[in-house]
Amino acid sequence: MADVQPGTEAKAQAPLVKVRDLKMYFPIHSGLFRTHTGNIKAVDGISFDIMPGETLGLVGESGCGKSTVGRAILRLYDLTGGTVEINGFEIAHVDRDSLRSKRPMMQMIFQDPQASLNPRMTVASIIGEPLDEHMKLTANERLARIYELMDWVGLNREFAKRYPHEFSGGQRQRIGIARALALNPKFIVCDEPIAALDVSIQAQVVNLLEELQNRLNLTYLFISHDLSMVRHIADRVAVMYLGRIVEIASREKLFAEPLHPYTQALLSAVPEPDPESERNRRPIVLQGDVPSPANPPKGCNFSTRCPKVMDVCRQIEPGVYDFGEGRQVACHLYSESMTTTAEPTAGERTN
Amino acid sequence: MPDTAMPILDVKGLETVFRTRGGDVHAVNSVDFHLRPGELLGVVGESGSGKSVTMMSLLRLLPSPPAEMRNGTVMFDGQDLLKISPEELRQVRGSRIGFIFQDPMTSLNPVYTVGFQLAEPLRAHLGMSKAEARARSVELLRLVGIPDPEQRLKDYPHQFSGGMRQRVMIAIALACDPKVLIADEPTTALDVTIQAQIIELVKDLRQKLGMAIIWITHDLGVIAGIADRVMVMYAGQVVEEGPVNEIFRDPQHPYTQALLKTVPAVRGPRAEKLQVIEGQPPIMHEAPDACSFRNRCKFAFDRCAEENPALAPVHMPGHRAACFLLDKASTKEPEAVHG
Repeated sequence: MADVQPGTEAKAQAPLVKVRDLKMYFPIHSGLFRTHTGNIKAVDGISFDIMPGETLGLVGESGCGKSTVGRAILRLYDLTGGTVEINGFEIAHVDRDSLRSKRPMMQMIFQDPQASLNPRMTVASIIGEPLDEHMKLTANERLARIYELMDWVGLNREFAKRYPHEFSGGQRQRIGIARALALNPKFIVCDEPIAALDVSIQAQVVNLLEELQNRLNLTYLFISHDLSMVRHIADRVAVMYLGRIVEIASREKLFAEPLHPYTQALLSAVPEPDPESERNRRPIVLQGDVPSPANPPKGCNFSTRCPKVMDVCRQIEPGVYDFGEGRQVACHLYSESMTTTAEPTAGERTN
Repeated sequence: MPDTAMPILDVKGLETVFRTRGGDVHAVNSVDFHLRPGELLGVVGESGSGKSVTMMSLLRLLPSPPAEMRNGTVMFDGQDLLKISPEELRQVRGSRIGFIFQDPMTSLNPVYTVGFQLAEPLRAHLGMSKAEARARSVELLRLVGIPDPEQRLKDYPHQFSGGMRQRVMIAIALACDPKVLIADEPTTALDVTIQAQIIELVKDLRQKLGMAIIWITHDLGVIAGIADRVMVMYAGQVVEEGPVNEIFRDPQHPYTQALLKTVPAVRGPRAEKLQVIEGQPPIMHEAPDACSFRNRCKFAFDRCAEENPALAPVHMPGHRAACFLLDKASTKEPEAVHG
C-alpha cells in the first residue's frame, strides 16, 4: 500500500523504511527433470512505510508470509520484485559488497533463541561476532562493548563465558537481542521474538524491547501472531492474509474498529481472560482453511472464507481504499462508500 | 455445576519423579484433584509446571525409567489406575479415557491412512468388524466436522491441514465414547481462527456427548471461555483451584494474580506497561519443603521459606489456594469436603 502516512503524529519526517510492491516468490520444481512448474507467492506485492522510532506490528496466521516479509526486507532472500529503502539506501537490488556495508544498520531478532544461537560459542563470542566482522576494536574495547550490551539487556556480566544451553529461554532471547544491538542498528526486525517463551517471561522480554527502543531510538518491525501483544507494543499494525496486506491502521483504530472482514474475524477469534464476557462472546468463526499460496483464489485472496463475500470478490482483486490518517483497507465492501481510492499496491510510486 | 455429584476421576497425593543423570527432578508433587461427570476442568500453568506430566501419569503413559510414580492413587470407576494390571489399563486407555495431544502431526502415524487409525481403537476395544468400524469412522469424522468423510478416510495425515488433523485426533479420542477426555494443549499449535473452530467444536460435542474433559493450556483466554473449574499449577503443585468465575474475578494465590496481569488484552482498556513476574520457575531437584513461588513472590515472608503451604479453602465453596497469606488475612474456615 503506497503512500502511507504515520498513524498518530503526522510530522514532515521521512520514513526510515520504505517498502514498495515487495514480491517474494519461491519456485516449485517438479517432475523428472525438476522443471519450474509454478511459484509459491509467499509475498505478493505489499507496500508500507515505517517512521523512525516507530513500531509496526505485522500480524497474520502461519503461512501468510509475514516472516518472509521480515526476511526479505533485510535481504536475507533475493527479491522477486519491488523496492526496499532503509535509511535512504536502496537495498533490494544492490550487490553483496555494498549490502554488507549496510548490514550494521538493520538487524534481526529471531523466534527461537535455542536455534539461533551457536551452541559451541560462549555468550561473549556470540555478542562479539558482529563486532569482529564489522568493526576494528582492540580486545579491551571489544570486551567493554560486550559488557555494555549485556548490561543493556539485563544479563549478568559474570555469565559472559557461559554457553547458550546454560541459560533459560528468556535469557537466551536476551542474548539474541544483545547480538542484534551490537552494531548500533537503526532498524530491527523482531520475528516472533516471544512466541517460544512462557507467558510470564514474554512480558519481561516485551518490556525490555520497549525500554531499548526508548533508549536507543530504535525502529521495529514486530512480526507476531499474538494480537494482544501486538496491541501492546505496536504503534501501527498491518494485517496480512495470503501474501497481501489487507488492512493497515493505527493501533487504536485497528483494534477499536476493524474494517476488513478478515481483521474482524481475526480479532473476534482471540479469547479474552474474562469468563463473563467469554460466555456471551460470539466469535466470527471462519470456515475452512487458508488456501495454498501456490494457487491463490481468483479475485480477492480472502473470498473463499469471507463471511461477507460478494460476487465481485470472486472475480476482481480489490483496490486499496484510503480512510485517511494512514488507514488503508483492501476490500470491495468499501468500494461504494469510499470516494477516494489510494494508489493500488501495484507499481512503484515516488513522492 | 452440581457440587454433590461423585467425582468420576479422583486423584490423591500423586507424585512423579524423573530420575536423570543430572539428578532427580520432582515434576509432580502430591497433586490432588478430582473431575466430576460432564465437567470441564481447565489446567493452567507454564511449561515445566507439571500439568502434562500429571495427566500422563494418570494413564501411566510416561516411560519408566526415567519416570517413577512414587505415590498416589488415581480412582476411576472404582479402580486405582496406578495399581491395575497392564491388561486392565489397556482397556481404559483410549477407550474409557481418551487423550488428545498437542501436536496432531506428531501424534498421528504418517504411514497409515486416517481411516485405519480411526478403526484401530474401534476394533481393539469394541471388537467391531471392519465394516462396522468403517461406518462408525465415517460417523465420527462427520461429527467433528470433516467434509466428505467417506473420501477422507483414505487420506494420510499429511493430506490434512493442521486444524483438520486436530479434528481427526478428536475423532479418534472420541471413538469409543469415553467418559473422560484429556486434551493436552489441543489448540496451542493452531492459528487463532482455527483455534476458534476447534473450541466451538468441543463446546458442541460436550453438549451432544456429555463427557468430562480435562483441558490443559497456558492460554488463560481459552480457559475463561470453556472451563467450569480451573486448576492452576506451579512447580509441580496445585497452587489454586476453583470455579472459573471465582479464579478470574477473585484470584487468591499471588501467582494466579500475577499470571492474570501479565497477559495484555485485545479488547477494552490497554495497559501502558506490562506487569512482569520477575525471575523464572525453579527446577525441582528435591521435593518442595517450602513455597516454590517464594523467590518470585512480592508478598513472600519468613514462613514461606520454612514450610510448604497446603491447599486450603477460601471463602467461596470449592475455591482453594495454597498460600500462607490466606491464613494471615482470614480466620480459617472449617475444612469442607472439597467440591
